[in-house]
Amino acid sequence: MLECETINSFYGKAHILNDLSFSVGAGAVVSLLGRNGAGKTTTMKSIMQIVKPKTGRVRFLGQEIVGQPTHRVAKMGLGYVPEERRIFTDLTILENLEVGRQPARDGGVEWTNEMVFKIFPNLEERQNNLGKALSGGEQQMLTIARTLMGNPKLLLLDEPSEGIAPVIVEQMATTILKLKAEGVTVLISEQNLHFARIVADRAIIIEGGSMKFDGTFSELDEQPDIRDGYLSV
Amino acid sequence: MTEVLRTDGLSKSFGGVRAVHQVSFGVREGELLALIGPNGAGKTTCFNMLMGQLKPTSGEIYLRDENLAGLAPREIWRKGVGRTFQITATYQSMTVIENVQMALISHHRRLYSIIPYAHKLYRQEAMALLELVGMADQAERACAILAYGDLKRLELAIALSHDPSLLLMDEPTAGMAPKERIKLMQLTADIVKQRKISVLFTEHDMDVVFAHSHRIMVLNRGVLIANGSVNEIRNDAKVKEVYLGGGNLFEKEKDSSNA
Amino acid sequence: MGLFIAQLLTGLANAAGLFLVASGLSLIFGVTRIVNFAHGSFYMLGAFIGYSLMQVLPGFFGFWASVLLAGVAVGLIGVIVEICVLRPVYKAPELFQLVATFGVILVIQDLALMTWGAVDVLGPRVPGLKGIVRVLGEPVPQYDLALIALTPFVLFALWYLISKTRIGILVRAATQDREMVGALGVNQAWLFTGVFFLGAALAGIGGAIQLPKGGADLLMDFNILAAIFVVVVIGGMGSLPGAYIAAVLISVLNVFGVTYIPQSTLVLMFVVMAVVLMVKPYGLLGREEVAGEHGQVGEPERPFKPAGTQGRLLVGGLLAILAFVPLFGSSFLSVLVSDVLIFCLFAASLHFILGLGGLVSFGHAAYFGGGAYVAALLVSTVGAPMEVAFLLAPVGACLGAVIIGWLCIRLTGVYFAMLTMAFAQLLWSLVFQWDEFTGGDDGLVDIWPAPWLSGTTAYYYLTLVVGVGGIIFLRHMAHTPFGYALRASRDSKRQAEATGIHTKRIQWAAFAFAGAMAGLAGSLFVFSKGSIFPTELEIARSFDALIVIFLGGVKTLSGAVVGGASLEFVKDFLTRFEYWRLTLGLLIIVVVILAPDGIVGSLRKFGERLGVLRGVEN
Repeated sequence: MLECETINSFYGKAHILNDLSFSVGAGAVVSLLGRNGAGKTTTMKSIMQIVKPKTGRVRFLGQEIVGQPTHRVAKMGLGYVPEERRIFTDLTILENLEVGRQPARDGGVEWTNEMVFKIFPNLEERQNNLGKALSGGEQQMLTIARTLMGNPKLLLLDEPSEGIAPVIVEQMATTILKLKAEGVTVLISEQNLHFARIVADRAIIIEGGSMKFDGTFSELDEQPDIRDGYLSV
Repeated sequence: MTEVLRTDGLSKSFGGVRAVHQVSFGVREGELLALIGPNGAGKTTCFNMLMGQLKPTSGEIYLRDENLAGLAPREIWRKGVGRTFQITATYQSMTVIENVQMALISHHRRLYSIIPYAHKLYRQEAMALLELVGMADQAERACAILAYGDLKRLELAIALSHDPSLLLMDEPTAGMAPKERIKLMQLTADIVKQRKISVLFTEHDMDVVFAHSHRIMVLNRGVLIANGSVNEIRNDAKVKEVYLGGGNLFEKEKDSSNA
Repeated sequence: MGLFIAQLLTGLANAAGLFLVASGLSLIFGVTRIVNFAHGSFYMLGAFIGYSLMQVLPGFFGFWASVLLAGVAVGLIGVIVEICVLRPVYKAPELFQLVATFGVILVIQDLALMTWGAVDVLGPRVPGLKGIVRVLGEPVPQYDLALIALTPFVLFALWYLISKTRIGILVRAATQDREMVGALGVNQAWLFTGVFFLGAALAGIGGAIQLPKGGADLLMDFNILAAIFVVVVIGGMGSLPGAYIAAVLISVLNVFGVTYIPQSTLVLMFVVMAVVLMVKPYGLLGREEVAGEHGQVGEPERPFKPAGTQGRLLVGGLLAILAFVPLFGSSFLSVLVSDVLIFCLFAASLHFILGLGGLVSFGHAAYFGGGAYVAALLVSTVGAPMEVAFLLAPVGACLGAVIIGWLCIRLTGVYFAMLTMAFAQLLWSLVFQWDEFTGGDDGLVDIWPAPWLSGTTAYYYLTLVVGVGGIIFLRHMAHTPFGYALRASRDSKRQAEATGIHTKRIQWAAFAFAGAMAGLAGSLFVFSKGSIFPTELEIARSFDALIVIFLGGVKTLSGAVVGGASLEFVKDFLTRFEYWRLTLGLLIIVVVILAPDGIVGSLRKFGERLGVLRGVEN
């Protein structure tokens, strides 16, 4: 579904992604693991074309997306949930969802407010509240809900478990599993190996902007040097 | 053991909503005390009152014998309370060492000095602090290009610059990789021991909390619901329910990976 | 009673045009965070285009069609400006875009001059609404009543668009985080262009709709600028209902002011604004501005150290050349260099608070002109010796800055900028209207230096010593603990306050110091010219300094001086030609687009890329 081929991305002069290649198949939940500064967020942003890769190719559903504007990439069915939550705090929950809403793509599900509220019941209770009135965990839920309204075929989740209470992290894991059951493909970046193990089928480990490992978790456990070396458990 | 800080019935309401209600606790000398709780439980409000960002609706805050309630952050700092921020706050246009020098200049009350060059003042003291947190080799780098973990360490050096007796740390390891977290908290614990500083910190990473705190307090809906040793808190039914979660999902998985 | 009602109605009718223009400005600022100086130019274009259309479209419907078409035409011009001038600089540091819009003002001024000529045109009366209605015996034009009836509908339509429609939701979301809106599949670039179209169109309609009451002339762009900024700020930046209330407030007060206290007309508006901002720091219906929340902070300034030997030698060499100017150059060149030096000192004093402190003052001319007036008044009223007057000028300016700073420093960002502008305007109108003391429009003349300093050469050396000395002193301050504390207060107020720095007091002291240095420049100025006029206190003078700082590079220490010198020399050359504004405007726009870090900042980056200069590591 998504293929990244030798992408190189920079922030100013800093070379962040270094010939990074990997792919994500339809229906899978893939976790992108690596420590802080390994390039996880930049990978997400390079897929969304928020950061434009200098070289390399990113194909989504067979189409080349490098160089396309971000909004067009999103329209093709890539849903991005950024790390810093970034909800629109001056808009109500319903308005936040409205910003994310896009017409259904052929063959895909069309998410409605009701469907989203079924997954995130907390949000329904507070649908007319402003974003800034939400707690950190609720804001995290809202970013995901908002992105779902665009009927993404592939969801990019950047560190969804960061900075939220353990109970909410558990809820988050359940949510991702629910989404998987709905047929949404998910690429999730994580530092928390335990969390990734619960939700994902496959682990990709990056370090210094390059891929160091690609395989299942049991394969990863067979190579503890890689696991412990790059993930600092 | 004597208490460095003591709050008494600390409360804060925002337009009738009780964010923090009747919170009383003490921080002992040389103690690493954790304050945990769900998002929106009032931890940040509580912290902001201790640091002077918010004025308590009622209640008192005593640093030894002095009442801090209602003082401005800069006044609280002058009384010997250091702090680090959840989202790092450093001077991005300066070098690493200048960030520390700035705090030292303030500590020595030379902010309005217009004769000397600032970058030549208190260099040695600043360098010693950077050495303490392991940042000496990066002293001349621009602060703006530091990695996040290094910024956190720099903040710690700034917070230590006026030799505080109490350190308030708001989610000190947020946004860091697991190994870095442990390292930073280990560093903090060492400094605490060496300098006999007390630390009060909030944190979401339970590994960090359980590994380093001497005592834990749990806040829920603005009320202190538990206050005890690591083991007491770990096994507290109420705390499990509102914060730690059932843990089934994780515990099972951890066991299998350790096996 | 009848007269009172009639005046109230006139005020309400005047508010219509003001509200339309101001709402456009508010909308553009609210969404794009651009302080659009060119908004007055859109208003002027609306008036001229409307006038031309009304010549060909006859009758009642022709008039209203002309108004609407003028709006569409100006909206399209706004789109061109947005795409060609602003899009390339959206990512530049905050407020940088205002320099680009300043360039647009100059371009539009000359284009309007070419198209419509330098004549004032009188607006046509509206067919069908030419009559008057008697209200309690007093005549009220029918057209006024039509305007009063129309405005609430416009307000409602705009409010509905912004708060109820999907477009409005997207616009508000983009106001907060445009990158995120893009990542959600919305083409935010066009959203911005759309907002610019609407904002410009509203200004155009505002210009056309006031034709029957006013007319059109080439000065109306600057004349309305202060008023619409005041309206937007009083109402609260980004708030449409706020803009309406403020427009009514200002217009009605103005009508009554003209009748009852005619000498106050110029001051009134700014007094109201100052009072409102002191009671409600974010305007009547505005909300707090949080610095950087709109992701427009730009890259941080680089660390700096005092100049090394190389730099000092370079400056020394330059000074040596300047010292020889009176010996080898013409006296014309001496005068030009003095003028440039004085202006550079003025700009550098603003740069101290703007660059190091992040305090954007739109009213720095108050201290330049203020210092000059203090010196001139000391000489002309009490006959003080020149030397005494010269030295007391910066003291006076400093005192003024202490008082105004105390009132302004509580505000931040655009509100701070606007309040400083309000006080500068207050001072200007005071000087302008207090004839017997300040000479009013005629200024104060015969303010010459002491005999030992008279003569072009002697005064040139005084200017060189004081001007360069002042600039070097400002630079030195940047390296002292005080300068560092000022930067710390800008970089992170949280950290600064948490480490014992009283940030507001530091900023206040810096504001006063910058005021004193501007006063020194003013002092040099008045004795070099022998006279002083209220123009030295005008908004335009404040903007001059602001523009050169951004052109030179706000994030560099030498930006103000390099920018000031470049612009003054270029201006000196260009003003010999007829359409110099057009050329200068285009030049500014080109510099802004090609060198978003300013001349010094961009040259530095270019040098680093070539490997000539050592760059920052990554």
